[in-house]
Amino acid sequence: MENFIALISKPDNVPILAMLFLVPYFIWLSYKQARKTDKMGVPSDAELNDKVYVWPYLCRNEFVCAIIVMLILGVWSIMIDAPLEEMSDPAKTPNPSKAPWYFLALQEMLVYFDPWIAGVVLPGLIVAGLVAIPYIDINPKGKGYYTIKERPFALGVFCFGFLILWIVLMIVGTFLRGPGWNIFMPWEKWDSHRIVPLTNINLSYLFGIRNDVTASFFGFVVVSGYFALGPAVYILFRKTSQFIQQLGFVRYVIVSFLFLSMMALPIKMFLRLALNIKYVWVTPWFNI
Amino acid sequence: MNEERKGLKEKITNSDIWKSIFRHGYEKTGRRYTLQILQNVWLHLHPPRISRHALNFRFTWCMGGITFLMFLVTAVTGVLLMFYYRPVGQYAFRDIQALEFDIPFGMLLRNMHRWAAHGMVISVMLHMFRVFLTGSYKKPREFNWAVGVILLLITFFLSFTGYLLPWDQLAFWAVTVGTNMASATPVLGNEGPFTPKDIVTPANDVRFALLGGTMVGESTLLRFYILHCVFVPLAASALMALHFWRVRKDGGISGPL
Repeated sequence: MENFIALISKPDNVPILAMLFLVPYFIWLSYKQARKTDKMGVPSDAELNDKVYVWPYLCRNEFVCAIIVMLILGVWSIMIDAPLEEMSDPAKTPNPSKAPWYFLALQEMLVYFDPWIAGVVLPGLIVAGLVAIPYIDINPKGKGYYTIKERPFALGVFCFGFLILWIVLMIVGTFLRGPGWNIFMPWEKWDSHRIVPLTNINLSYLFGIRNDVTASFFGFVVVSGYFALGPAVYILFRKTSQFIQQLGFVRYVIVSFLFLSMMALPIKMFLRLALNIKYVWVTPWFNI
Repeated sequence: MNEERKGLKEKITNSDIWKSIFRHGYEKTGRRYTLQILQNVWLHLHPPRISRHALNFRFTWCMGGITFLMFLVTAVTGVLLMFYYRPVGQYAFRDIQALEFDIPFGMLLRNMHRWAAHGMVISVMLHMFRVFLTGSYKKPREFNWAVGVILLLITFFLSFTGYLLPWDQLAFWAVTVGTNMASATPVLGNEGPFTPKDIVTPANDVRFALLGGTMVGESTLLRFYILHCVFVPLAASALMALHFWRVRKDGGISGPL
């Protein structure tokens, strides 16, 4: 318990503690408004053309908001001191050594993927995917108001990525990871000598493949088969699915690739945690 | 007495000096409200009028504005901190200690800078969440969303480069962990896949470019200091100007239309 209390009371973890309350609050706030729109319909034109002067109405709001935020920041700064540990010493490695809280979801991914995927490829894809969102989401509805009914797919994917894969992993990395980057429950004492037996095997081994060459071919088939799911769905459903027809081929390929890349993380997490799978695809050059 | 005071007030507000500074009166008319915005350099990024729903806290969560406010706070406190801080291994840590113990309000200054930076990371994430939930990235605002994504990255990078500057154990190892990732870059990082290891060595890969050395050291401190205090804030300011400008040009704050 004492380690957990030390984590919670760490000044640098105040923001992530605040996020624990802010995120649910804003989800509730937006959910309430989305429900209202979905039930009552989008506000009419007359309501929208109701314009007000920026001075004084908006400027007043901005001013009040700025004062409240500065008050909070002022109290925060008076009450809690920024941390300062001993002077940096390259010879003394702390255990665990954690990145700042906002990078802990990325650091958490390192458990499941090699650094070149977790630290370079996936972050790159996150950025590319975020930039691509407006160009691949061609649903004209749900612009400028909260709604669930009119864009369930877009909302579902984004909320899964943001809330589960970003916020929750960040919380896990902040509060549950201890020495050796092992999971420690809040009530557990950090034991820096704890040894977790990693009896991890590769996916090919699970299927009884012992030959290296066959194993890497097997891995290649599994990974390319996984990413071929996108095109396969396209070929199967392009005649019947309105969703696919509206997207068009190029957008569909991008959407499916980004979606499958995102889902690769929870899938790999499941494989690791449930089946002790280390790698899906092993080659002499890289492992996935 | 009251009459006299009124006369004095009018005398001042009608004087040439006053009029040279303030170009509008204070009468309660739409024309004055419009001029108040148009003729003020700090306010003129606003349109003179907006939809009523844009005033609603439940709609905007104020998160974009708070992000900008946090940026301003870090800029002001950051400049003040620069007076007391030298980005040299020998001094950096001692200067932070001096800020904490010797310099009047030094601790408060440092706290405000750090918590405003953390606050900015929170508010920029929530701002992105809000913009997504309201579908505000949709046509014609696609490009501004992309600018916003870059600004999100810049916020992370600003926060990350600043994390090293106290030069304590926390800073050193957080940055070591973070920058170790760079060496895993395919082809360009020494430990990444497809890297020709005899050409791309730890002494010339992307991690080396980031750190100015093979490990976090004095040249990293200087590099991060300059990135943190000059280069990245300038980039952020330029992109923020673009971001706010485009909010106007793309039809103002989003609404159901």
